[in-house]
Amino acid sequence: VFDVDVAVTNPEKVVQFKDTSLPMFRSKAFTVRRRYSDFLGLYEKLSVKQSLLGCIIPPPPEKSVVGMTKVKVGMDDPSSVEFVERRRAALERYLQRVVSHPSLLQDPDVREFLEREELPRAVSTQALSGAGFLKMINKASDAVNKMTIKMNESDTWFEDKFQEVENEEQQLRKLHALVDSLVNHRKELCGNTAVFAKSMAMLGNSEDNTALSRALSQLAEVEDKMEQLHQEQAASDFFIFEELLADYIRLLGAMRGCFDQRMRAWQRWQEAQSTLQKKREAEAKLLWANKPDKLQQAKDEITEWEARVTQYERDFDRVGMTVRKEVLRFEKEKAKDFKSQIIKYLEAMLQSQQRLIKFWEAFLPEAKAIA
Amino acid sequence: MMEEVKEVTPTLSVHADNIKVTEVLKEGDTLTFIIVSQKLSGTGEYHVDRTYDDFEWLQQHLFSQEDVPGIQGVIFPPLPAKAQVNASAKVMKQLGFLGLEEWQPYCKALENFLQQIAAHSILCKNKALEIFLTSSDPPGRQRVRKNIFNRLSQAVVEMRKESHKDVDEFFQTERDHNLVLTGCTKTATERFLDVVLTEQKIAVACGHFSAALQLCVEQGEDPDKQAFSKACVKLSEVFNSMMKNMTSVAENNVNTLGVGLDLESRYQEAEKEMLFRRTCKLVELETARRNAEKAKPVKKAAMEEVKKAAETEFDHICGVAKQEIAQFHGLRVKMLQQALVQWCEKQLLTAKEKADQFDQHLQAFRGMA
Repeated sequence: VFDVDVAVTNPEKVVQFKDTSLPMFRSKAFTVRRRYSDFLGLYEKLSVKQSLLGCIIPPPPEKSVVGMTKVKVGMDDPSSVEFVERRRAALERYLQRVVSHPSLLQDPDVREFLEREELPRAVSTQALSGAGFLKMINKASDAVNKMTIKMNESDTWFEDKFQEVENEEQQLRKLHALVDSLVNHRKELCGNTAVFAKSMAMLGNSEDNTALSRALSQLAEVEDKMEQLHQEQAASDFFIFEELLADYIRLLGAMRGCFDQRMRAWQRWQEAQSTLQKKREAEAKLLWANKPDKLQQAKDEITEWEARVTQYERDFDRVGMTVRKEVLRFEKEKAKDFKSQIIKYLEAMLQSQQRLIKFWEAFLPEAKAIA
Repeated sequence: MMEEVKEVTPTLSVHADNIKVTEVLKEGDTLTFIIVSQKLSGTGEYHVDRTYDDFEWLQQHLFSQEDVPGIQGVIFPPLPAKAQVNASAKVMKQLGFLGLEEWQPYCKALENFLQQIAAHSILCKNKALEIFLTSSDPPGRQRVRKNIFNRLSQAVVEMRKESHKDVDEFFQTERDHNLVLTGCTKTATERFLDVVLTEQKIAVACGHFSAALQLCVEQGEDPDKQAFSKACVKLSEVFNSMMKNMTSVAENNVNTLGVGLDLESRYQEAEKEMLFRRTCKLVELETARRNAEKAKPVKKAAMEEVKKAAETEFDHICGVAKQEIAQFHGLRVKMLQQALVQWCEKQLLTAKEKADQFDQHLQAFRGMA
């Protein structure tokens, strides 16, 4: 078990990598600068590797955040503080997921990303960031669905799991929409509270009675403090839950992608078997037709395709095993992830509440002092 | 508090500060209010049922006491707007806080209305109040004759009088101050209502999220699946608590500061109306004086009579008004103090409860395998 820590700080997406035990890296801790497109580029490199077929490669943060969230003032404005923080946090989570995956951590591209001073500019990441990750997955899924040869599963594990994944994705989408709605209401409450605070300040200023005037002004200050609490609450809801749910919706999409990869591996194997069969039939025809020169070529092709069939069967089995392992790992990580985020949320809420209690306790004597 | 009555004037036979509006019943389209008051002599209560029209009947009677000198200088306790079952959006907006929480704040407002009348040295003597509180029959739903206070009949022309310069510095100051306060209070009340409505929306959103989490429970004996399901169930409980808490926070806001600001706002308007009546009388007086001065000898005596009557009435009004203003200043500070203290105490209690609950939830989560 290794202890790996990645942090992404602002501005300029500085990646800090700290590792306490892994021997494979040059040093224990290093800091590199990366561009947003570098992160996307890493994803691209990882997702095309044969060796990683069946692995759930954590999806990169989307360039445009419109898609799953209703456009919110601030969150989508690249110049806003919230947007910058949102992207930073997303990149950090992305990297953390990559380095906590045992296979990915071993990958040379990942190590290069973490260690190398300067990375060559990643080129073809437009598709990723523009169309969005999920769109890409869905397109690939459609291709799989259109396959003519349907698989006959002896073991229903894969079918059942796939259904579960689809159901879960729907559930999480629903949850995501609900949290989004909640966050919007909280932001509305911030606005309302600020405006109310101002109106109470005005009332306090116009008030004759000294003690009452003072109390009303204090009330305005309490409301200002509460606005701050509401802001923090909205941020909690957003960064702890909404982004978590969005991440998992994308991860489930990636998982669907793995199932598709297995299907394609199976497809390839079947097609190779079918090609082998055709080659054998061709050989048989040549035997009857007695064409010795073409016969050798036919035999060579048969040998070649026999090897391919064996290879593709092995690939298919390997992908299947990888997918199984990944699914189990995913479920373990998911349970852990959600639990730790919930605890984080509750701790933040509790802190908020303690502060709120202090505000009220400070205000009470002011209210009582009105004569 | 009831003053000792020395002359043979009707006295109220119930305790002024114990009048309660205990219930509101929906009968078809109408709301009926149950009013309970304690008999002064001996034990026993009066229970009567009244509709809004009965309240208006009472108010009209108070307005039309032309024989009481200086009656126009009284700051009449404000009656809330009419509440209806299935009220339109416009009516609900007008009612503001009083339209929320199943009419409970509305009942409190009516209760306050009756208590303030019963506690008023001039108004408590009106027979209509006694009939309203004690008669088992509804006081009669016929329209009382139009009274002098029907604002609706005042033409736009009369509105110019609102800014008519005063002869008395005390009243000019009070008018200026009242103008500012009425505006500020109305704004603050409306803004606070926006806060409460958004809090209610948040409560609903928390409830939806809590319900949706219940649906995320996964079947299977897989320990990780079970862990995730347990987390969802527990989180659902957390958001259920949040929904309840936010509902309490909103309720507290309505029942204390909300109705407090609403009452203050309506009382400021009532004072505004009184000051306006006085200003109108002032204009009348100044006109009468000018007429008396300019009058031809034939009309002189008559004009002088009119002038004298106007002067007397104006003096009475000013006398009553000064008293009313002094009392009002004391009363409103007391009412606002009560509202603010109750508000703070309730919210503090609710906040502590929430902190305890969250602490429990947190411990439960930490203890989960």
